[in-house]
Amino acid sequence: MSSRPELQAPPEIFYDDTEARKYTSSSRIVEIQAKLSERAVELLALPDDGVPRLLLDIGCGSGLSGETLTENGHQWIGLDISQSMLDIALEREVEGDLILGDMGQGLGLRPGVIDGAISISAIQWLCNADKSSHEPRLRLKAFFGSLYKCLARGARAAFQVYPENLAQRELILSYAMRAGFAGGVVVDFPHSTKKRKEYIVLTCGPPSISTAVPKGKVEEGESCSDDESSGDEENQTVSISDRHRPRKKQKTNKKGKGREWILRKKEQMRRKGNTVPPDTKYTGRKRKARF
Amino acid sequence: MRLLTHNMLSSNIKGVTNGFPLRIEAEKVVEKQVEINQDFLKSIFPKIEWKAFVDASRTLGYAELPEEAPEPSVLESDHEFLGKFHHALLELHIEEGTLVCPETGRKFPINKGIPNMLLHEDEV
Repeated sequence: MSSRPELQAPPEIFYDDTEARKYTSSSRIVEIQAKLSERAVELLALPDDGVPRLLLDIGCGSGLSGETLTENGHQWIGLDISQSMLDIALEREVEGDLILGDMGQGLGLRPGVIDGAISISAIQWLCNADKSSHEPRLRLKAFFGSLYKCLARGARAAFQVYPENLAQRELILSYAMRAGFAGGVVVDFPHSTKKRKEYIVLTCGPPSISTAVPKGKVEEGESCSDDESSGDEENQTVSISDRHRPRKKQKTNKKGKGREWILRKKEQMRRKGNTVPPDTKYTGRKRKARF
Repeated sequence: MRLLTHNMLSSNIKGVTNGFPLRIEAEKVVEKQVEINQDFLKSIFPKIEWKAFVDASRTLGYAELPEEAPEPSVLESDHEFLGKFHHALLELHIEEGTLVCPETGRKFPINKGIPNMLLHEDEV
């Protein structure tokens, strides 16, 4: 059983020329990606007026999902971190403009210009710390912050994700909420291991009827019996837009302030010109509990 | 990369207050014809930063656009303008060149039409 790509290497290394070509020539993968992209576009709930929109394809890879956007008549800008994957997109002569970039560094787009964003099987890569200077939380923050900024009011984002576990999905959602998004998770075919697909659907702007999280797809003949729901909290949809209210001040979760912090602060005070006791081996030493 | 995308892109380097617009140094520009879609042009027009757009088109050698952004109603009536707008926005492709951050001067190369916007560790 192959392990998750996210555990093998960072995306720009995992998706090298060989892997990129393998990915794109597998007809099974092409078909799956097309289906996922169609569903993501559906979840964007763009007005049905035939007006082409300007959309973002985050982690566009070899352009498989972008082709769906073009087929739906839209203009799009694709972002990906793997040059090999983008080279294949060029070979396929996709209609959208491609950018070689890292979503965890922020999208770098002007405020309010994008009408919708999709992402197929890419966002979970943000949760990995590939380089020592990467902090997944900083990357999630930069990504969702810049996404919120560049989306037009009322615009949606629909991300098909493969989270490693529930904690990862919660992490992604919490950063989305912190950035100001409302929304939740749509699960299609929750009871089928093969068909089950998760989409994070986010809306930008004031909550209204249109920001209600859409219902996930269910197999015909299946019913959500109460017996099942005790273990499976998802059933059809999980709307958790209420659970994560953006807090105004984040409580820092440090285990007290260590010696390093104390030394740093003392140096700061010295620079300011205050008299500070000298640093000795007693500085920041653990005291007895009663102290 | 078309001017549509250029008009949306800004420099994301840490500490930069206004990274828009990126200056274009074009080495190879290609023209690719596409069908005009009036609906799209009408909907995208209000979002375009006109001055940056005109300057960019001039850099690419297209001098047909007016300096001042016209009224949106012009898009309905003036088909000649519509054609010029469409041409500059969607039919000019920068294949090789550089985008330059207006504040720091940092260069983002464009290869095969793809701008490399990856930031270094110290720019994030």
